[in-house]
This record gives sequence, structure tokens and C-alpha cells, in this order.
Amino acid sequence: MNNAQLEIQLIASLVAIACAIPGTFLVLRKMAMISDAISHSILPGIVIGFFISHDLNSPLLILFAALTGIITVVIVEYIQKTGLVKEDTAIGLVFPILFSIGVILIAKNANDVHIDTDAVLLGELAFAPFDRLIVGGTDIGPKSLWIIGTILLVTVTLLITFFKELKLSTFDKGLAASLGFSPAIIHYGLMSVSSVTTVGAFDAVGAILVVALMIAPAAAAYLLTTDLKKMLALAIGFGVLSAVLGYWVAHLLDASIAGSITTVLGLVFLMVYLFAPSKGIIAVMYREKQQRTEVSLLTFLLHLKNHDDLSERHVKHLNEHINWQKVRSKTVLDLAQKNNMIVIKDNIVSLTEKGDAFTSKAIDYIITNEDAQIEDMKDDFFLFRG
Amino acid sequence: MKTLAVKVDDLTVAYNYKPVLWDIDLEIPEGVLMAIVGPNGAGKSTLIKSILGILKPIAGSVSIYEKPYEKQRKLVAYVPQKGSVDWDFPTTALDVVMMGTYGSLGWIKRPGQKEKKAALEALEKVGMLPFKNRQISQLSGGQQQRIFLARALVQNASIYFMDEPFQGVDASTEIAIINILKALRKAGKTVIVVHHDLQTVPEYFDWVTFLNVKKIATGPVKDIFNDDNLTKTYGINYKVSIQE
Repeated sequence: MNNAQLEIQLIASLVAIACAIPGTFLVLRKMAMISDAISHSILPGIVIGFFISHDLNSPLLILFAALTGIITVVIVEYIQKTGLVKEDTAIGLVFPILFSIGVILIAKNANDVHIDTDAVLLGELAFAPFDRLIVGGTDIGPKSLWIIGTILLVTVTLLITFFKELKLSTFDKGLAASLGFSPAIIHYGLMSVSSVTTVGAFDAVGAILVVALMIAPAAAAYLLTTDLKKMLALAIGFGVLSAVLGYWVAHLLDASIAGSITTVLGLVFLMVYLFAPSKGIIAVMYREKQQRTEVSLLTFLLHLKNHDDLSERHVKHLNEHINWQKVRSKTVLDLAQKNNMIVIKDNIVSLTEKGDAFTSKAIDYIITNEDAQIEDMKDDFFLFRG
Repeated sequence: MKTLAVKVDDLTVAYNYKPVLWDIDLEIPEGVLMAIVGPNGAGKSTLIKSILGILKPIAGSVSIYEKPYEKQRKLVAYVPQKGSVDWDFPTTALDVVMMGTYGSLGWIKRPGQKEKKAALEALEKVGMLPFKNRQISQLSGGQQQRIFLARALVQNASIYFMDEPFQGVDASTEIAIINILKALRKAGKTVIVVHHDLQTVPEYFDWVTFLNVKKIATGPVKDIFNDDNLTKTYGINYKVSIQE
């Protein structure tokens, strides 16, 4: 691995971290689409900043771009407040217009500036190491590394300082307001950080990847944890993992780095979506199947408890009377037997003492409508589950 | 005359030029357990939110113990409607209760052992201590409401505002909550509750405000909770049997 490769991965990783932090809060605030809006509508800000400064790395660009980002949010909220259109419509109205103003500005002045729409949309990470920051004659690394590093430092400082306020206003805006933590200040603070991060990341990875880096890692982390700090840590982890992995995929396939990173992000999310232990699709399907079996078991046990005569308790009766298919009856019978809830003697099924206790308790809870306690009770009684 | 906990003068609130609250004058004496009743859209939640500075009124003023709300935040606790937050938020019951301590901490300062201890005590009071590490989406509706109540208790305020604390809770939680509210009044606190179930007003509360965009009446339940005021508030000829 040469120096340039290392630098590219380092830049991509820092961008990933800087995006994951505001991204986590955007996902929790159900504002994922606003990052899409910001990432596009900062374009005119960047172009105007560039016309004034004639330097793609000028702080003026970041300032103007962040400003257009904030203006986007303000316009979206203003349109939304009129009540004439819904939020997503308002977002869809605002950002394409701002973005196209940027595109026209570039096209009109393309002759004398080194900025084109391809670079804006996809970024060009591969060239990042060529643009060096020279201080007093010494090369101290790629410019974009310093820019995103600075933005990340500010973001992390703000996160640590205002973590409590961010959490409160994200969870409960009303309480935050009544306690004197102005939700508007926190909201626009978060929007400013998102805008500045987008601008800083934009140069390296482009407008589309910025959105992916903000949303995908946070969305994946959301499925894996019930703790905000862990969610932030996981989102950062997923972001960095995808950045590094994506770089090597691009290296192997000789493809666009930004494109590869985005693809890896999508795959990471897909994996989590399928395999997350409690919220993943497979876990949810397994749990539903288990619940169906357990409800069947409970029905069966209640039936046994209600009927004393032998004919009602004959194994065959299960198929006829309760009207289950063979496979299901067998699953239920096996489960009940494995847990010592029933005994089968001469094809006659009887409740054991444990089975009887379980059923009585279940009836109590069903009558009093305490579903949560039935779940707890199942944990007490079941050794083997469906 | 008793000390006034809350005083509202000429309060008018409008959404898009349509008044939701119109020229409300309201005096709430210290130490009452008061219900705010009125039909849907009467502005009950809006009244609370305006008193707490969450909504900006277009006219009028509010004072808490004779000073503006902004200076008295620490004296006031607020329980929003349960449906106003996202219960899938990644956090635990204990953590939500800890949020009640944020007001006294102010900006930047973080909660420590003292705040955690207070939160645990509040959880104990509402009978939710065994659930302290539960993720909040794993709690039942009644348990979520108890968590919200604990979060208000931890603020150790003088005045409690609650927006429909009995909505969607089971009977045992309703009894648990009203007992806590009565204990608060006994301790000299003022408790103001947006309430829907007219049948329980005489049993739960000692003070009542009838609201329907305008204030219809306010005073002790035994004096003003009658068919006349109910009809004025709800528009139709309203009859309830008031338990003696």
C-alpha cells in the first residue's frame, strides 16, 4: 500500500465518521431526506463561493455552501408551514431548483473554472492526494484531509458538548422547549453541522455518496441497538468499514471509488436488514413462527384443561376437532412433551402438574389482559422453544 | 386570598389567524388538583403549551408565581401527551426519566450520580423500578405513561402540567397515577391536568376549568361542575350525574 492509497482511505474514513454523526440524528428525527436536499442545494453556494475566491478549498466555499444548506431548510420549513403541501413535497420542490441554479452557473462559466457537474455528483477521491497543503515550503498532506479533519473535530466537539441537548430535543421537542433548551437552536445547529459536513465531504466523495454515508450507516445501526451512544458508535463503524472496503473493491475492479463505497454501504445495510438479531427480517419471521406455535400450544393446553372425557383427549382428536394439519399437531405435541407439559399414554393426552400450572396462570393473564406477563411467563416455563 | 400559582391574562393564541384560544383570563390558586375539560379542538393542550412557552401567543401574558415563565422554569414540570414522542427512540426507561433532570442542569452540564439516584427514586414511586433498563418500545402504554410521570416527578417542581395522562392506560395504571397526583396535592403542589373523562372529574379533582376556545368557567368542582357549565362548554344539553 503506497502513501496515496493510505491517504485516500484516511480521507474516506474521516468523511464517513463526519457524516455518520449528524446522520444518526437525522435518521432519528425522520429527516433523512433533508440530507439529500442539503447535499444538492449547496451547489449554488459552492459555485458562488468559487467565483469569488477562485479556490476550490477556500473556507469561503464552505461558508457559502453551508449558508445555502440552511436556506434550503428554512424554505422547506416555510413551504411546509403553509400547510398547502407535505414535507416531502416541499423538499422535492426546493432542492432541484437550487441545484439547477448551480448547474446553470457552472455551465455559463465553465470556460474558466475547474469545476464540472460530474465531479459535483460523484466527487473524485482518487485525485484528492494530488492537491497538497504546503505550509512554509513543507508538504503537510492532502488539502481535503485537513478540511474534513477540521470539520470532524468541530463536529465531535459539538457532539460531546451538546449530547444531552441533542438527545432530549430529538426525543421530546416539547419537553426540551419547556425546560428552556430551544429546539430551534438545536435544530439549526444540527442543520449547520450537516451542511458544513456535506460541503467538506462533497469535494472528496460528491453529492450522492454524502447522502449514502449519512443515512445508510445510521439506518443499519438503528436496527442493531437500543442505545443512542452505541448507535452512534455502530454508525461510525459501518461508515469506516464501508469506506475502506469500498476503496479496495474499487481498486480491484478499477472502478469509481465513490461508487464502490456506496455499493458496499448498501450491502452492509442489506446484511443488517436481513440478519439483525431482533429487528432483522429473518429474526422477525422466526419469532412470528415461534409465536404461532406457542399460541397453538396454549390453545391445545386450554382444550385439555377444559375437557376431562377421554375421547376429547385422544391424539387423533387434535386433527379432527381443533382442525389442525398433521405437521402442526406434531410440532405442538412435541413441544408440549419436550417441556413436560403433557404425558401421552395409550394415545390419551393428559396435562402434567407443570402443564396444569402453566395453563391456569395463562388463563389468569389472558382474562386480565396482561400480554407482557404472558411473555415473561413463557420464559419461566419453556425450556425448549418452537 | 390564596397565593396564585398560575395567572393568565388576556391570552389569545391563533394558528394561521384562526383563534384557538380567545382572550383567556385564568387564575389557578396554589395547591389545587385541577382538570381542564372541553371538547376536541377546545384548545386544552394549546393552553398548557402557551403557558409553558412552547407556543407563542399573539396576545396576553402568563405568570408563574408572579414572574414570567422563563424565570420560573425550575418550578414547573410538564408531561406531554404520550403520542407526542417516538417510543422507538433508542433509549431506556431510566434514561428517559433522567431527562427530567436536564432542566436543573442547564446547558452542557451532564447528569451524574445525584441525577441518577433521583431518577431511580422517581421510578420507584411509579412502580417502574424493575423496568429501568427496558428499551422504551418494550413497555406497554400504561408503563410508558408511568415513565413520563416519573420524569416529571424527578423535576421536583411546584407546579405540574399534564396533557391527558390517562389516555390509553389500563385501570390499574389510572389508579396508580391519580394516587400520585393526589399525593402531590397533599404535599402542597399544584397539579393541572388536561382531562377527557367527565365522569371521573368529581372523584379525581377538586378544581376544574371549562374551556372551549373561550374560558367558560373556573373554580372548585363542588361549586361549578354542573349541567349548566357542561352545556355551555359542550354545546349540547349535557347531563351528568354528579356523585355526592
